[in-house]
Amino acid sequence: MTITGIAAIGAGLAAIGAGIGIGKIGGSAMDAMARQPEMHAKIQASALILAAFVEAVALFGVVAALIV
Amino acid sequence: MVLNTFKVVLLAVLLLANTVFLSAAETKENEKKKPFNAKEMIMHHVKDAHEFHIVEWNNRPISISLPIILWTNNGLTTFSSSEFHHDDSGVQIVEKNGNKFAKLHEKIYQLNSGAETIEFNQAHHPENASLPLDFSITRNVFMMWISVILLLFLFITSARKYKNSKDNVPTGIAAFVEPLVVFVRDEIAKPMIGEHKYEKYMPYLLTVFFFIWINNIFGLIPIFNGANVSGNIAFTLTLALCTFLITTFSGNKNYWKHIFWMPGVPVPMKIFLMPIELIGIFTKPVSLMIRLFANITAGHIIILALMSLIFIFETVWVSPVSVAFSLFIGVIEIVVTAIQAYIFTVLSALYFGMATEEEHH
Repeated sequence: MTITGIAAIGAGLAAIGAGIGIGKIGGSAMDAMARQPEMHAKIQASALILAAFVEAVALFGVVAALIV
Repeated sequence: MVLNTFKVVLLAVLLLANTVFLSAAETKENEKKKPFNAKEMIMHHVKDAHEFHIVEWNNRPISISLPIILWTNNGLTTFSSSEFHHDDSGVQIVEKNGNKFAKLHEKIYQLNSGAETIEFNQAHHPENASLPLDFSITRNVFMMWISVILLLFLFITSARKYKNSKDNVPTGIAAFVEPLVVFVRDEIAKPMIGEHKYEKYMPYLLTVFFFIWINNIFGLIPIFNGANVSGNIAFTLTLALCTFLITTFSGNKNYWKHIFWMPGVPVPMKIFLMPIELIGIFTKPVSLMIRLFANITAGHIIILALMSLIFIFETVWVSPVSVAFSLFIGVIEIVVTAIQAYIFTVLSALYFGMATEEEHH
């Protein structure tokens, strides 16, 4: 297997991690919004920020794979 | 009625047959040419360039040449990128101001004195050429200027509208700008920085929000050939550096205390936390930089990769799938343009809020 192939697998693993993380955030945000619809805007804003944090980690993986 | 249906079916069959023959003819022609390289095409689109390459027509590229400005040992050297005749492999040599230049992978190399052509070593790096200081107006710089002009137009006209209106009711462009400015103030600056101190940071937050957003949108317009301004790491580095400097210089006593001597934890923990917090100062802007860069670049790469599926399989039958998918991703990317501008602004505001927070124990 070439180094590019290994890099692609690494990027895929990073995507799995981010998928689980963002899925959890989204699910919990949906739960919270259903329970407290009046907090909808605040919950959505914090969910977006948290998703950005999780996604950043996956993107580090993508950048590492691109550099390799 | 029956005749009409027959006509439609006949037309459809003819059209389909036509496309099949056309694609057959194209594949035959492709065999003569070098095979399609998706990675090369995508990287060419994502990277910065010295010209606006619009379309290839009858094997002749139609493009807008941009000026090349170099600082060499013989002083300032300027010429048009058209003098390279679209060559990007370092073959075409341009002689200006006593120096010889060649363009290789969108970089301008200056040949050492006495050299006539570029010689490559085994890693395919030029051996007898160096990189002069390059201040060229590349397509990213050009697009950035256009977005700056657009921003100036937007804000100066809307400010003038407020000045001239008697009852402060926004009209025209101001009616478009006001909700966005109020959004940045009420949803980003006030909750993240606090009611009393947010005003000082509003100019920066508004600038960053609109600048990133407009550049993200420009990146999606195909006629500009995806001038990938916000997907350029130098661009995001500069913005993240601004956030870093503002955060560092507006940090109060409480902020530095939380970094060097965390209150409320035992002394061994204070010593343990100090290097972690110190690294944290620098990882925050780095993550800002990489987040914006990677998000926008990844979006461009996905759209282009879906489009290159047609050329990889060399058949038109893939095109409905790849056009539909890239349209879908394109719509998502329009949302992402706004979300990434929002995220960058929110996180900058969050860091400013952390730096200016007062003690509350």
